[in-house]
Amino acid sequence: MLPKLFFGYYAVVITFLSVLIITRKNPVHSVMWMLLLFFHIAGLYLFLNAEFIAAIQVIVYAGAILVLFLFVVLLLNLREELQVKRFVGSWPAGLIIAAGMLAIVVNVIKSFTAAPRGIYSIEYIKNATHTKALGQVLYTEYLFPFEIASLILLVAIIGAIVLAKRKLRS
Amino acid sequence: MVPLNWYLTLGAVVFMIGVFGFLTRRNIIIMFMSVELMLNGVNISLISLSHFLQDLRGQILVFFIITVAAAEAAIGLAIIIALFRNKSTIHVDEMSEMKG
Amino acid sequence: MNDILQSFIGLGSSNPMIKMGIDVVIILVKIAIVVAIALLHVAYATYFERKVMARMQVRIGPTEVGPIGLFQPFADGIKLFFKEDIIPANADKPIFYLSPVIFFAAALTSLAVLPFFKGFVIADINVGLLFLFAMSSIGAYGIVMSGWSSDSKFAFLGGLRSASQVISYEIAMGLSLVGVMIMAGSLNLSDIVTAQHRYPTGMFVIPQFLGFFVFIIAALAETNRLPFDLPEAESELVAGYFTEYSGFRFAMFFLGEYTGMLIMSSIVSLCFLGGWTIPRFVTDILPFLSYVPGIIWFLMKVYAVMFFYYWVRSTFPRYRYDQLMSIGWKLLIPLALFNIVITGIAKAFAKGLL
Repeated sequence: MLPKLFFGYYAVVITFLSVLIITRKNPVHSVMWMLLLFFHIAGLYLFLNAEFIAAIQVIVYAGAILVLFLFVVLLLNLREELQVKRFVGSWPAGLIIAAGMLAIVVNVIKSFTAAPRGIYSIEYIKNATHTKALGQVLYTEYLFPFEIASLILLVAIIGAIVLAKRKLRS
Repeated sequence: MVPLNWYLTLGAVVFMIGVFGFLTRRNIIIMFMSVELMLNGVNISLISLSHFLQDLRGQILVFFIITVAAAEAAIGLAIIIALFRNKSTIHVDEMSEMKG
Repeated sequence: MNDILQSFIGLGSSNPMIKMGIDVVIILVKIAIVVAIALLHVAYATYFERKVMARMQVRIGPTEVGPIGLFQPFADGIKLFFKEDIIPANADKPIFYLSPVIFFAAALTSLAVLPFFKGFVIADINVGLLFLFAMSSIGAYGIVMSGWSSDSKFAFLGGLRSASQVISYEIAMGLSLVGVMIMAGSLNLSDIVTAQHRYPTGMFVIPQFLGFFVFIIAALAETNRLPFDLPEAESELVAGYFTEYSGFRFAMFFLGEYTGMLIMSSIVSLCFLGGWTIPRFVTDILPFLSYVPGIIWFLMKVYAVMFFYYWVRSTFPRYRYDQLMSIGWKLLIPLALFNIVITGIAKAFAKGLL
């Protein structure tokens, strides 16, 4: 009973916050609601025994990506943007598309059958601590993708600098 | 014990709200946030699947998604700044011309 | 600790609901104790700072309120409480109200994972160190949002400066602690302290001197202290991001900043200076020292680091903004990365030493 109650709280709040994020006129308010949303999603991850991912969720998403959004929103002075209409004229079409896709996915979920279970049981993760278990998989089985991820980040750093830099007058 | 379906449905709902926001808003920053919302919906599904199937590979995937989201946000926001400098708007409909 | 309290209060009850209720009560009591004591320490940290700074500048500091000025923090607090609460006309009100709360709450939440002495910690979680990073990055929101919502040029500039500064130095801070994580093999702060006690030198500051150096400097920048206090540089930006705040909201920023300092000092003390333990070679020579309670060692280390903060403040001039950024990105981050590589190699090849 108690776990279901917890899940119900998280599900309602996460859905509500997601709707708030996409309907706010002022992007700064959207960012603030998104901060709250990330905390709730991190809470959900804790609930699923993924403590390291929960911490990463708060540090990377809330602490880095969202601050970047905030920074850009503040850099661009958006006073006149607030006068523009909120949605495009054809928003019912968007709603129909999204609702239709949701209906399809929910129907597909019903017919989901579980694959055979892996070796990382809850007890195993509790004994080895989640960080260690995750690290062992990441640095053995997924070492090459990990290296590629670092390359992606390098490309992103260089790309962001090149794009955002003003041309030097000389 | 909360059934797996509930988590998957929650992930789908968050994803679809992101889709709706992306299709209907024309403020490019909100559109970007909708994309982040979609990624988060996928992450919720992956983590819950990983928990219920007792397999850490789903969480590794989440790890990579977060990495790519960070890279995407950095590049995307740099593009937004460059656009804003040239057009002084972040309304995507006003950026429809191709000539530089 | 919990078991003792459990048996003391629970009187051997076996009903799971009652047991859970007692657990909740114990946690609440612990939180109340920790917050009350931490805020008392924060209040006296301001007094300590004024006294130390005064002595360094050949003054004597506060003396009027109470014996040798000991009640000065309370007088300041009462004064701030009764000040008029001014809100700028064009402020974004909800965010203006919310941002000091975010700042202060993020600082206070960090207290939850700090072990003050053996076994006394509110939440003994496995990702304690990551939790501290997360909370310190949330604190940045309070600063940025307060700068934006006050609708004032000074506040806005302060907020922007602070955002970029905190983000940049967070990287250096995180990387500098990776060496400690590698050596201790854990992210749990209690485990890190225990690992240091097992280690021959008793403190990680000796093998991790590079990490220690980077962390101390990054901690100064993270808490917006001199010589990196550009977000609130009084000679340029009046008071930076909290220019428009007054009364109790100002007090929350003030308390949050000092709580942040207390937390940074505690992290230094736990991760580099051995927390509540003292090195074994010291207790081998002077065995009676092992009877001193752990909390005393912990507090002594925390106050030593706090004293270092004040010492730096009254010694160094403020850096220019581009200098601040180049120190962060071109000196501290490469040093921290180098430290990680060295520590990793040492851990892999010299298992006996580490």
